[in-house]
Amino acid sequence: MTARENILKKLRTSLEGTTPRPDDFNVELVTKPWSYGDTQGKIKQLRTMMESVRTEIHQTTKASWVALFADLLKQKQVNNLLYAPTTEWGKQIDNYWQQNTDLPTLKLYDRLVDEWKNELFFEIESSITSTLGGIAATGSLIVWPNREEPRLMSLVPPIHFAILEASKIVDNFYDAQQKLNWVENTPTNALLISGPSKTADIEQVLAYGAHGPKELIVLILVDV
Amino acid sequence: MSNQDQHRIPVFDALSQHFKENAHQALGNQQLRHNMRSAMDSLMTKRLASMSDEYEREHLRELGNHIRARALSKLPDLLEKLEANLTKQGVQVHWAETTDQANQIILEIAQRRQAKHFIKGKSMVSEELNMNHYLQHHGIEALESDMGEYIIQLDHERPSHIIVPAIHKSAKQVGHLFENKLHTQYTDDVDTLIQTGRKILRQKFFEADIGISGVNFAVAETGSLFLVENEGNGRMSTTVPPVHIAITGIEKVVENLRDTVALVSLLTRSALGQAITTYVNLISSPRKADELDGPEEVHLVLLDNGRTQAFADAQLRQTLNCIRCGACMNHCPVYTRIGGQAYGTVYPGPIGKIISPHLMGLDKTEDLPIASTLCGACGEVCPVKIPIPELLRRLREEDVRPPEETPHTVKGQGARFSRKERLMWKVWKTLNTKPALYRNFSLLATRFRALTPNIMAWSQNHSKAKPAKHTLHELARKHLGEQ
Repeated sequence: MTARENILKKLRTSLEGTTPRPDDFNVELVTKPWSYGDTQGKIKQLRTMMESVRTEIHQTTKASWVALFADLLKQKQVNNLLYAPTTEWGKQIDNYWQQNTDLPTLKLYDRLVDEWKNELFFEIESSITSTLGGIAATGSLIVWPNREEPRLMSLVPPIHFAILEASKIVDNFYDAQQKLNWVENTPTNALLISGPSKTADIEQVLAYGAHGPKELIVLILVDV
Repeated sequence: MSNQDQHRIPVFDALSQHFKENAHQALGNQQLRHNMRSAMDSLMTKRLASMSDEYEREHLRELGNHIRARALSKLPDLLEKLEANLTKQGVQVHWAETTDQANQIILEIAQRRQAKHFIKGKSMVSEELNMNHYLQHHGIEALESDMGEYIIQLDHERPSHIIVPAIHKSAKQVGHLFENKLHTQYTDDVDTLIQTGRKILRQKFFEADIGISGVNFAVAETGSLFLVENEGNGRMSTTVPPVHIAITGIEKVVENLRDTVALVSLLTRSALGQAITTYVNLISSPRKADELDGPEEVHLVLLDNGRTQAFADAQLRQTLNCIRCGACMNHCPVYTRIGGQAYGTVYPGPIGKIISPHLMGLDKTEDLPIASTLCGACGEVCPVKIPIPELLRRLREEDVRPPEETPHTVKGQGARFSRKERLMWKVWKTLNTKPALYRNFSLLATRFRALTPNIMAWSQNHSKAKPAKHTLHELARKHLGEQ
């Protein structure tokens, strides 16, 4: 018998004569204490949670976010930016960059990682990605990487900008799973990101920038 | 003594048979006790602050218990469903009854890929396998990338806590360790130390052929591996190398994705007092044909290693509810005073005392069930309501049952069995159930109280327990007569 057969046989023998436990999942328990009212309430909770773990948050609009973003890049003195030109946000970046000078060099993630890993790891200074929404209860961004915005885009560059549409902020993780129909649309890789990388492994002292981004900057677009 | 040794927490003997010696040694180590005390106080405060609503906390614990119990009540079916969904999505699933089998599976994957460098996210199951040592023996480097794990690997130690593995070390000790091993300038500034680790490990992520991770929950419904972490090393290990191998115990399956909502909230708040960790990572597939990154191969190794033994007994099965938050350790008066390494097992503290006998056998862990005050704190804080004190009492019974007695539920049963002790209890029972014998014995005991012998270890630190001058019956008769 294989290891698989042995393990399953032992487990089944131990369960002989028993019936499976009923599913008494209590939805109210994971939603009711974690509800924050209208969009403003959700934004407030999300900000409180994310800012408590050193996330920089800016509320802006669809019309003005790119200019604010360009200013932030200048302030942070980054030389290059990884972005996805095919997304709605990427197209706006392209337009703005064409009309303005002295902005960081735009970089594309348009090849297999193996073909430019060295540059990605040691030269890219910042990135910007979209999100599928946010979770107010825990202050989390929902990110499902895809071909346009691959997995490492939100992880390897030291500064990560993320765009969050206010209308896509939900109250809690349960609502996020429902709204995205997560079970039916299981993504290859799904992420909740709730701040910059951190650790408290040495003497419980909190330090940021352990392995992932040292800075997380969220631009909340309030009119979409 | 070298500079490095002065700042080192001693490495305890890895064999749990030496638990008592290890505990004595730990109790005499002021630095260790200071480090542990302040860390556990802080973790307890953070947990309570994040779970201050008693109604919410207690009902969620109840729900957590039901979710885990439901998953275990249909475990073989859920494991098959998990396997089917993962396979459909391109993840290769392997089964191992023993740690040797698991190590061989991992080695075969490595050899097929001609891999020489592993980078590891945090995984307690890999500690069960002693995987690093096994791979090194076969010429493969396995480097820990969780900062705490990296620190203790540098110092050739084993984790002292399942969530914060280097919690027993101070920043000064880490500073001296880095100075000696990495040849950096001494500093005890935590930010600087972490940036040193980041720089070294980033290069290692870049070079690694295979990434290893554990699994917090394996979701049968969607075929997803659910991982939580703060540092990003888990994401790096599971995304950068061309191969990702996840290893987990067979009990980590949950039925539905929504079950993770309650469990992750219980896990992160119980462990570190965080509403959620920085990263929650759900992996359901290797890189797809049109994707630009992510591993080309993803493997899941499902490990038994004694879990089916715990599963076979309805009471002991509750051990497998554990979601590895470490709250029982943070609240344990014994763990806080001796630290995790004194246990000599992969899982220290209260959860270690009830799971290690299944992984290693009671004959190798005989002291663990008695290394408890039974104060009940572990049971009170457990987010999935494992009745740890009750299970400790049960294992104490298994510890002293005659080795040959059936059913032989726990491997190594009867490790503390003593015919002399059993005889003494029989005599005690006879004395207390035969009135004439009891009267005669108590009369003799009170009249010859000056001859009371020293009673084992008790008398070393306490006044000798002597019988009273008169028996209770005599005193009662006298009292009633006077009335």
